[in-house]
Amino acid sequence: MKKPEQFKSKSYDISEDKQGNITVRFHGKMDVQSSAAIIDQLLSEIDSLSPLSFTADLDDISHFDDFGLLVLIELKKALKKKKCVLSLTDNSSKAKNIHILESDFERSASIVKRKRLQRLIEQVGESALEVVYNFRVFASFLGSVILSFCHIFRHPMSLRINDTILCMEKTGVNALPIIALISFLLGLVIAFMSSLQLEQFGANLYIASLVSIAMVSELGPIMTAIVVAGRSGSAFAAEIGSMKISEEIDALFVMGFDPTIFLAVPRILASIIVVPLLTLFSDIFAIAGGLVVGVFILDLTTSSYLTQTIKVLNLFEVCWGISKSIVFAIIISWVGCLKGFQTKGGADAVGNAATSAVVSSIFLIILFDSMFAVGRSYWR
Amino acid sequence: MEEKLLSVRNLVARYGDEVILDNISLDVFKGEILVILGGSGCGKSTLLRHMVGLSAPSSGSVYIDGADITICDTKTLHNILKGIGILFQNSALLSSMTVGENIALPITEYSGLDKCSVDILINLKLCSVELEGYEDYLPSQLSGGMKKRAGLARALALNPKLLFLDEPTAGLDPIISSEIDDLILQINEKFGTTIVIVTHDLDTIFTVAKRIIMLDKKTKSIIAEGNPKYLKDYSPDPLVRQFFNRNLKTETAWLQ
Repeated sequence: MKKPEQFKSKSYDISEDKQGNITVRFHGKMDVQSSAAIIDQLLSEIDSLSPLSFTADLDDISHFDDFGLLVLIELKKALKKKKCVLSLTDNSSKAKNIHILESDFERSASIVKRKRLQRLIEQVGESALEVVYNFRVFASFLGSVILSFCHIFRHPMSLRINDTILCMEKTGVNALPIIALISFLLGLVIAFMSSLQLEQFGANLYIASLVSIAMVSELGPIMTAIVVAGRSGSAFAAEIGSMKISEEIDALFVMGFDPTIFLAVPRILASIIVVPLLTLFSDIFAIAGGLVVGVFILDLTTSSYLTQTIKVLNLFEVCWGISKSIVFAIIISWVGCLKGFQTKGGADAVGNAATSAVVSSIFLIILFDSMFAVGRSYWR
Repeated sequence: MEEKLLSVRNLVARYGDEVILDNISLDVFKGEILVILGGSGCGKSTLLRHMVGLSAPSSGSVYIDGADITICDTKTLHNILKGIGILFQNSALLSSMTVGENIALPITEYSGLDKCSVDILINLKLCSVELEGYEDYLPSQLSGGMKKRAGLARALALNPKLLFLDEPTAGLDPIISSEIDDLILQINEKFGTTIVIVTHDLDTIFTVAKRIIMLDKKTKSIIAEGNPKYLKDYSPDPLVRQFFNRNLKTETAWLQ
């Protein structure tokens, strides 16, 4: 904290008579710039004194506002410790509003004391209630989404088809370049790193199997889901969250629209359609990445690489990856929309919703992926 | 001659190619309450933004304390702005901070006081806008009127000598509006703060304004200046009388 240097010179004089009555005579301005310095100096000087009575003389001050009042309040607090009472002289009535202000202050001080005690208990209770409330919202939103989908199946016309297509473009088409690039590089890296080992055994050809199995059944769906969670999950949460705090969702509700059908269903449906497609693209680009390493570094032929890839990839592997990506799509869009609808408060709440949407979806993606892996080991 | 605190000279403001304010000149005198008024879209808020340096004019100058804020360097502008408080239309409280933290922000930055003293000051500020006990509330937990008061408390944090209020009573009920009007008068009286208000709330105008400046959308300039009570009956411009008397556009034509 910066202390203004230019106010080191005293803006008050202290005098003491024989009986031990002290008078402090303020002069000049008592405002935002001088108050901190006055408080510092005055309190340290008073520390060494033991006054019988204490008078603050305000006759010479040229400006007095609530920062000046603060000086007097601090002075009063310090004197109270010495069991001494502060009296005021204010003939020029520069500080004429001071008495009103001071009674205001004493009134508010009592409120503060009571509140501090209450606050801790309140916070504990509030966070407990928050957990219960969040669980209720969680359950009711899940139910509401399922009911909305049932409604859409029975009345397909109530689906907002234009919104859905727009969401598909934002979530799918616009994400294609980054997913293609990431997957291509990932395929490249897997092939290159494994070639260092497999080359020793002359098992270069199996790099094609490794890349294709790893990407199609495991890494493709996960990478795609993580990129979509970062790009679109956060966008869903932020978009719906800012609509929530600006009362747009309430407006929709009052106009007779179901916010879930209006906002959540198009996003969830769009994700369910485009995320598996993105996953397929991711698989293809990763295999292409592996192919580049295979052909240019390991001297495999394109046809032998592709034949080996086709040989190990069966329909089950592809369907396995795709079905995983459908589950991930539901998780990402559902969590994004849920966090959006849960948003309360101001601008920071929108940011929190977006962050929380990404973190929760990535956690759930990994969790469900491990559940898939465990399930698969029992199935086979 | 009264002391001028702020002067606007030949100000021209545009949005793109459209001229919003054309050649405006006005003075704000020390200790007065000046109301800038006019119909919706006449450039009241634009004028306010130019007066505090938030927007740069296409030509003309704005002098505060004798310094032209349209050409001065950032440091000077910053120092000038320390002496100015602004209440924005939607209060503009920082939503991630409590009311107390919002008010403490300028105080801790510029006064050098320790936390305990700042807490006392926050209480004083909140008392002066009759919002005591609300320092731990987030802005989103406050009603419209309370937000305005909290915004006002923040604008008053450093006891500015010049206070700008953008639509201080918009969207508030008549009782709260009149309380805010009282508050404005009190601040002006207690601290001698010069206040510039942008509004088209007639009650506020008649209660607090010592002088008004009326802008017109068509001419994009000042069409009336003076005491609102006088202008209401005796302004030579029918538009000004219509505004103050809430008449329809064609005063009598539609009856005939």
